Amino acid sequence: MRAITTNGLLALGLLAAMLLGCMLGPYPIPADEVLRALLARLQGEGYSPQIDTVLFQIRWPRVLSAALVGAALAAAGASFQTLFRNPLVSPDILGVSAGAGFGAVLGILLALPVIAIQGLGFATGLATVAIVYALARALRSQNEILVLVLAGIVVGALAGAGISLVKILADPYNQLPAITFWLLGSLSGIKASDVWNIAPAVVVGLLPLILLRWPIGVLSLGDDEARSLGVNVAFVRGVVIAAATLVTAAAVSASGVIGWVGLMIPHMARPLVGPRFDRLLPASILMGAAFLVLVDTLARTAARIEIPLGLLTALIGAPIFVWLLARGRRVWS
Amino acid sequence: MLETRHLAIGYSGKPVASGIDLAVGRGEVLCLLGPNGAGKTTLFKTLLGLIPVLDGSVAIDGKPVAGLSRRSLARAIGYVPQAQTMEFAYTVFDLVLMGRTAHLGPFAAPRAADRERASAALADLGILDLADREANRLSGGQRQLCLVARALAQDTPLLVMDEPTASLDLGNRFLVLDQVRALRDRGFGVIFSTHDPDQARDLATRVAVISNGGLAAYGAPDETLTASVLSTVYGVPIAIERTDSGRSVVTFARS
Repeated sequence: MRAITTNGLLALGLLAAMLLGCMLGPYPIPADEVLRALLARLQGEGYSPQIDTVLFQIRWPRVLSAALVGAALAAAGASFQTLFRNPLVSPDILGVSAGAGFGAVLGILLALPVIAIQGLGFATGLATVAIVYALARALRSQNEILVLVLAGIVVGALAGAGISLVKILADPYNQLPAITFWLLGSLSGIKASDVWNIAPAVVVGLLPLILLRWPIGVLSLGDDEARSLGVNVAFVRGVVIAAATLVTAAAVSASGVIGWVGLMIPHMARPLVGPRFDRLLPASILMGAAFLVLVDTLARTAARIEIPLGLLTALIGAPIFVWLLARGRRVWS
Repeated sequence: MLETRHLAIGYSGKPVASGIDLAVGRGEVLCLLGPNGAGKTTLFKTLLGLIPVLDGSVAIDGKPVAGLSRRSLARAIGYVPQAQTMEFAYTVFDLVLMGRTAHLGPFAAPRAADRERASAALADLGILDLADREANRLSGGQRQLCLVARALAQDTPLLVMDEPTASLDLGNRFLVLDQVRALRDRGFGVIFSTHDPDQARDLATRVAVISNGGLAAYGAPDETLTASVLSTVYGVPIAIERTDSGRSVVTFARS
């Protein structure tokens, strides 16, 4: 019961964060006007040309993208931490961020259009994890998880080397700053149409995680125990890896590499709803979405220039994580 | 109702033991003894369908285990592993609730009926008061009982327990053994491994001694737990003494 109430409050928190994200900016819009404009939009009417332009061309797509990216990263983090029975795991454990990053910077180097850069990042992110998975299967070991993680580190490092190579080849005046900015993560380039590129992949990826929430939680007991309790371990693990990779690749290809969210949010959610995955997943999704909406609002309002998101999540994430660790072992409880 | 025929067990094609013929039915306790590394855990993993049968067969109610789905197998045979610390701080109740997994619909989480079943399993073992405690913070014996409760919530006629009394203090050992006896009397078929022949003599309907790549002895406790079998299997001189009250006690026969 407590978990349901908590998730209700977190949902309200997300809505409040999104409202705040719509209000704040160089051209502030009061809360009531945001709500009225949204209502008018829902009924297919215009509210005020100026507010409509700012709200629906710029802020709303950005707030929605931030919510989707935050939800995706936090859900992937919670899933991987449970699957790998390790609270220090983040969504890029299998190399998906490095892989997607390589594709995206390659796209920037080749001066491709934004949509193609995102598409290439998405494809290389998925391909990286496919290679990692195939490699781990080919190596066959008693300890499947260890081999999987090691394969992820190897292939991720290779993709990281590829990124470095692209940076050396890039034009230092135009391309290199764009690559660096992208690698630090940002939603500044998001347009209304981009939401429709991210949303389907995030929804398609989150759905199997939500449907399999119970067996995924049982997997955290270890393979043998999960099997003896009736879980088809190979199937569930395959689905989790595919789904979490899909949402992470979608997020990274749209927003660049944003660290900390996937690692930290599940740690913030566990003290509220406990370690049970069927409660942790919705809480992580809601908290991740609200967190990134707030951080992105800060990124575009705090200074005259856009602050890269990855920079802010690290600045906020590192102290919060240390604080969580200092609270003792209860961190992953 | 669980039966093995000419069973060979082992990992990736390399047999650890072979020619194993065992059976355990309702209301029976089969006790498994053997030196470290003889293959007790390997045998358990094979019975539970966690590793493939190398040769021969394992059947539950006449159906080969290899042909059963994970789900049907988990409704037929429950596993009580040795209690270990978990990475996540589940409550006792949540841990026991996971025993219901094989009874849930494909995309469902436990419902009210499952929660009642989990509470009933805890009440059965007299540990309902531990329900909201963190499982990692319990004593070894309480944690072991908690895993027994999970197996009860699983509603299987057969239970496999891997050294349920290892690393338990005396009090907890009696507590766990008492529950094994109670389960037997309630009609469960129980297979458990132990290093203590006296425990086996107390509880077992049948004893299987696994050693040197096969069964060294199999049958009633008095026929299997003899001084000669134990001395051969464990490689040290062992004598069996009878106390004034008529109990048999295994002792080291110093030469």
